Amino acid sequence: MPDKIALEVARYTPERDKEPKFETFEVPLRKEWVVLDALNYVKDKVDGSLSFRWSCRMGVCGSCGMMVNDEPKLTCATFLTDYAPGPVRVEPLKNFPVMRDLIVEITDFLTKLSKVKPWIIRKEEKPLSEGEYLQTPDQLDTYKQFSMCINCLLCYAACPVYGLDPLFAGPAALALAQRYNMDSRDQGSDERLDILSQHDGIWGCTFVGECTQVCPKHVDPAGAIQQYKLTGTQEWVKSFLMPFGGK
Amino acid sequence: MLDISSTDVLMVGGGGAGLRAAIAVAETNPNLNIAVISKVYPMRSHTVSAEGGAAGVARADDSLDEHAYDTISGGDWLPDQDAVEVFVKEAPLELMQLEHWGCPWNREPDGRVAVRPFGGMKKERTWFAADKTGFHMLHTLFQTSLKYKAVTRFDEFFATKLLVDDGRVQGVVAIELSTGKIQAVTAKAVILCTGGCGRIFPFTTNAAIKNGDGMALGYRAGAPLKDMEFVQYHPTGLPFTGILITEAARAEGGYMINKDGYRYLQDYNLGKPEPTPVLRSMELGPRDRLSQAFVKEFEKGRTIPGPYGAVVHLDLRHLGEKKIDAKLPFVRELCQKYENLDPVTELIPVRPVIHYMMGGVHTDINGATPLQGLYAAGEAACVSINGANRLGSNSLAELLVFGARAGRSAAAFASSQPAPQRHLLAQALDEETRLEQEFLNKTGGRERIATIREEMQKTMEECAGIYRTGPQLEHGAGKLRELQERFRSIALDDHTRPFNTELSSALELSYMLDVAESMVQCALHRTESRGAHQRSDFPARDDRKFLAHSLVKRNADGSPEVSYAPVTITRWPPAERVYGK
Repeated sequence: MPDKIALEVARYTPERDKEPKFETFEVPLRKEWVVLDALNYVKDKVDGSLSFRWSCRMGVCGSCGMMVNDEPKLTCATFLTDYAPGPVRVEPLKNFPVMRDLIVEITDFLTKLSKVKPWIIRKEEKPLSEGEYLQTPDQLDTYKQFSMCINCLLCYAACPVYGLDPLFAGPAALALAQRYNMDSRDQGSDERLDILSQHDGIWGCTFVGECTQVCPKHVDPAGAIQQYKLTGTQEWVKSFLMPFGGK
Repeated sequence: MLDISSTDVLMVGGGGAGLRAAIAVAETNPNLNIAVISKVYPMRSHTVSAEGGAAGVARADDSLDEHAYDTISGGDWLPDQDAVEVFVKEAPLELMQLEHWGCPWNREPDGRVAVRPFGGMKKERTWFAADKTGFHMLHTLFQTSLKYKAVTRFDEFFATKLLVDDGRVQGVVAIELSTGKIQAVTAKAVILCTGGCGRIFPFTTNAAIKNGDGMALGYRAGAPLKDMEFVQYHPTGLPFTGILITEAARAEGGYMINKDGYRYLQDYNLGKPEPTPVLRSMELGPRDRLSQAFVKEFEKGRTIPGPYGAVVHLDLRHLGEKKIDAKLPFVRELCQKYENLDPVTELIPVRPVIHYMMGGVHTDINGATPLQGLYAAGEAACVSINGANRLGSNSLAELLVFGARAGRSAAAFASSQPAPQRHLLAQALDEETRLEQEFLNKTGGRERIATIREEMQKTMEECAGIYRTGPQLEHGAGKLRELQERFRSIALDDHTRPFNTELSSALELSYMLDVAESMVQCALHRTESRGAHQRSDFPARDDRKFLAHSLVKRNADGSPEVSYAPVTITRWPPAERVYGK
């Protein structure tokens, strides 16, 4: 194994640059190192101005998503040796505006997440003194997978629909909407369906499943979207057959 | 240049404590404006990494008094017992509140919330969401917080200073990271919820963002820090990365074994080895004692050498694939990803790793600091319920209980306060000038951030590790002074404004140096051994002199000054800590 590898990093500073350009750094190639370690090596030893987000380094905070050789990856869980002999090309996540070097603007996702009302909606809340809402392990299993989303946004970077139609709520927000819809404690699915049917984004999803393929937590947003379409179609048909309170 | 906004109650930090506090403010007084400032998006906060669970009495065979006793004895009688009583009483309600907000707690077949055993706990009372409890709690809190219209988030704003006027905290100065603009946010009350500072040490489970920001902000503004010498090593971290392997792995039945395959904890007054877990015994002993046992095994030559230091083994093989996948899926995922091994068939190499700060900003049981208008909650605070050693799964419950209490008391205080005055602007402008002169516009420095940071980390590991001595701590204190001096000659490569992450790193280093000095001074002054603070030169607990909290204040020249405050004892007089019986 060679002891160095070339890291090609996209650089962009809005005050200074018209467009991003690549800069190449030679970094040590160590078997324990992930791409994020190489970026930190550059920042600490070579060029302190290199900017990127990171935090937990254990694949759960969702900060360090980037394009690595054109694929969306969590850089804290992507080993350098998988790319030997190199080069490794690191770019900001696709489909988002770039703010600086490897940092992208993600407020669009936050806005969309709020819109799908990702919280428990109930007609009546029972007091804490009455204890928990009972939920069997099987009931938990129906939504658990969708609750594993870490908001890393790799799925948005992979999504061909989001790339073309920025109004599309997107895979993670839809998976999280479905996480609450499927939760036996929740009574808000009608409300969420009304919001989502205001825009035809979900119908644009072709179920090619890029989102599910890149998801580092096996959330299966594509599956959530398919479930959604099915419910949406049923509700739409029902609204014609039973216009007065068929829900 | 300077932007100003104002709010009523301001949270610094948007993790578990900050979000719980924000919701508590909103529910206490719906007329208040609420701001959450965080240097990261809330769902990136380090609460996300907590794994094993959150403690709160849940079963008929358990009682609040037993949870209190486990916590107090686990903390080597340093916790304040009035605080512990409040904590154990409110923890189950807070955990139930999380259930109502949608937290996906594991369940019993009949649909009730399930509980699991945990280290140092005599009953099963740890609520869990597989081994991603912190992740699920944080996302539940974050998603729930989105429905409160009164909460304004300042995502990716880095707080640099508390605004103090007329003896009262009235807001913060922060950098909007996306633009680099300096912003003043005035407030009638401020709650510090920034978590811990594991990054002061080289080998830690803590995320990159854990730099003691809130502790340093409070300390610099005049609030004392408390019990800073008590630093928790978690006994089971993966070598090199420091990734945590949850205590739940032992609670589900994992064994700690040395190079001979021997369950060595039986040699350290922790009970006898049994095939299945025994509460408050062996692998379910408290973290301080388990980490200390590792050092003793190393000294006996019974650990296993590795490229990143000696290790022992955590053995889960006998649990079987089904149980591991059901109860410890994240452990398996982390081992496969980062160690290229499968715990179903292989041993996991582990070593003690810096995990948690028992100390923090000194508060009362309502989260109030001695500085008017300033509150703190979560790991950034020291109430204290953890004393000299925190029990696993108490911290997630703590951030809920005391996040909510701090939120309620800050809301009550803010409701009675006048709006902050315009002349705070002058302080904010001074802060802007400082940041420009000392960092952004400075030329001619020669020290690199990473160099000073690495020297600080090495110093702390050498002088303030699992076992400490007076001379080592003296040496460490001197070295930290030197590093503080050298920090003044720091040089930035980056002089631009948008997302200048090098500036954030420099400010974080400066916070860490202040907090590190406070730790070393507290450790130096406490000439006894208690819980996680083990002085080889003073091996016994000394209740006559040190049944007391360390309080450290910052002098005008930046040096730390240590004094003591009594521990509140209500119903459990100091006694010997007994495990394995």
